[in-house]
Amino acid sequence: MSKATDLMAWIDERIPLTNTWDKHVGKYYAPKNFNFWYYFGSLALLVLVLQIVTGIFLTMNYKADGELAFKSVEYIMRDVNWGWLIRYMHSTGASMFFVVVYLHMMRGIMYGSYKKPRELLWIFGMLIYLVLMAEAFMGYLLPWGQMSFWGAQVIISLFGAIPWVGDAITLWLRGDYVVADATLNRFFALHVIAMPLILIGLVFVHIVALHEVGSNNPDGVDIKKKKGADGIPLDGIPFHPYYSVKDLVGVVVFLIIFFAIVFFAPEMGGYFLEHANYIPADPLKTPEHIAPVWYFTPFYAILRAMPDKLLGVMAMFAAIAVLFFLPWLDRNPVRSIRYRSLAYKVILIAFVVAFIVLGYFGMQPVTPAGTWISRICSLIYFGFFVALWFISKNEKTKPVPERVTY
Amino acid sequence: MKLLFLSSSMMSKLTVTAFAVATIGVSSLMPQSATAAGGSGVALEHFTPVRTDRSLQRGAKVFMNYCMGCHTADYHRYSHLARDAGLSNEAVVENLIFTNDADGERTKIGSLMGNNMTKEYGKQAFGAVPPNLALITRSRGVDWVYTYMKSFVLDESRPLGANNTVYPNVGMPHVLADLQGWQKAVYKDDGAGHEVFDRFQPVIAGKLSAAEYDSTITDLVSFLDYLGDPNREARHSLGIKVMLFLLVFLVLAVLLKKEYWKDVPHN
Repeated sequence: MSKATDLMAWIDERIPLTNTWDKHVGKYYAPKNFNFWYYFGSLALLVLVLQIVTGIFLTMNYKADGELAFKSVEYIMRDVNWGWLIRYMHSTGASMFFVVVYLHMMRGIMYGSYKKPRELLWIFGMLIYLVLMAEAFMGYLLPWGQMSFWGAQVIISLFGAIPWVGDAITLWLRGDYVVADATLNRFFALHVIAMPLILIGLVFVHIVALHEVGSNNPDGVDIKKKKGADGIPLDGIPFHPYYSVKDLVGVVVFLIIFFAIVFFAPEMGGYFLEHANYIPADPLKTPEHIAPVWYFTPFYAILRAMPDKLLGVMAMFAAIAVLFFLPWLDRNPVRSIRYRSLAYKVILIAFVVAFIVLGYFGMQPVTPAGTWISRICSLIYFGFFVALWFISKNEKTKPVPERVTY
Repeated sequence: MKLLFLSSSMMSKLTVTAFAVATIGVSSLMPQSATAAGGSGVALEHFTPVRTDRSLQRGAKVFMNYCMGCHTADYHRYSHLARDAGLSNEAVVENLIFTNDADGERTKIGSLMGNNMTKEYGKQAFGAVPPNLALITRSRGVDWVYTYMKSFVLDESRPLGANNTVYPNVGMPHVLADLQGWQKAVYKDDGAGHEVFDRFQPVIAGKLSAAEYDSTITDLVSFLDYLGDPNREARHSLGIKVMLFLLVFLVLAVLLKKEYWKDVPHN
């Protein structure tokens, strides 16, 4: 035996290295018909790593202090070697994380990846999305600009709508009567330690769950049903090298878009970095128009569409909560959109359009027309889940093939 | 900065524009949200900043002489200005630093660009502390700042005798009046019974002609644009290299993928 195999044997007697590699990479058989939509899982992992690495370097010079925070960000931008690059990568990464995650979720919905036996996989994914929103929300406070401050002020005050305990909860969350130094410090702690730890843990179980049940595919066909004499699915190919090289193409395309933004339009016209956030936080001066960053705006529009604050808060949280129940709201066993009815396709398209329109109006100042459009779109948003429950019961589907189309 | 400027040939400038257009394209299709207070509905003049050593030097001179008495820019260092505007440290110390540090000595070249006015005094004199201008072009945009600097008008009802059509009832006086002179705002009826701003009417001539004043403001706002985004040129120049690398890498990655996937059979 060569020295290398000796070493591997020595390690394998102590930890299951080869086993783990084979189970998750070398002999993890994925369907061979993955399309464009299947890049976003690995891309989400890439962005997570980018955010953690750039975040570590930002932490070395950032000061979580109401007096110093804004200035320390400018210090990073001007005085720290490559500080501007690290900071723009982190700020662009935050938005791109949501771009990737929204597309990843869209894939899951289109191809029915939440259906049996992948319910837990979907729920872990939803938890990741939830924690990601908390992580992004807390991170946005840290530059301590006007939008950081007033965005946090508005969102935290929403909890005040809860009857009886609302005020106590907002006070407890902020640690002060307004968003202040205490809030900044705890958000920093949560943003750099608590949330990332939970996020990594959830990503781990998300992948464990995926590798236990196997990947779905654009046909929604269960590849484990057709196995060869060697016990390997006929339509399965090992993740490595086939999908590692394919995902590499996705990674490079993603990086081209990512770095085009970082280098040539880091503010993305005010959508990734809002203009008003270049003014230091001022508790005495409310900005004319407070808008959350784009990835929260669909839910913010639902909140504002409701005539009552408590109702709005409930609708906003319900809009996220209802997604958790998708595996049970969709009663049709056919997974992929390719073999589902026209009615299903119509409600799904309406759902996506409503979500995008809500996102748009969530960024705009309140107008009567905008409020009414938001109300209609909120109805379509929730209506999708109701319609799905009824349509999926006795849906006329096309025959699902035995093997994947490739 | 000098080197970077020389290296940004026609070719790379075109590439920068192409990438910038491609990336901002989507976002700029949507209407921009109002950036901050002081919105008056007056149309803003379009302004394209100039980024040359000479322009930065002239802009810095105006800024240090006219603005820094009340405003600060204390996120940025004098030494970085020297480096980026093609000036020696000595030239900056002798010609552009007019403030003292806590020990009463001339502010050092490595210091942040602050001033000697207290916040309390600023508040008392102008009603609000004059803002730090290092990021003003990031929060308001260059068009706004450029138009604002050209929109001071004579208004005896204001405590300091000046108003501004872009930012009505602003606390700031017309600091550049000796250069621009004074103008009055002329209003007209918009047909719906509202008085709207129509045009400026010169009242008292200043030291500069209108064209000279425009050119001074061009330098000043270009300098403010530099303060807001000092490493834009370095960003663009590195960006082009990263893009070229990634494009080559993409070709290799696609070829690698095709090579491996040759042996995946079609159904």
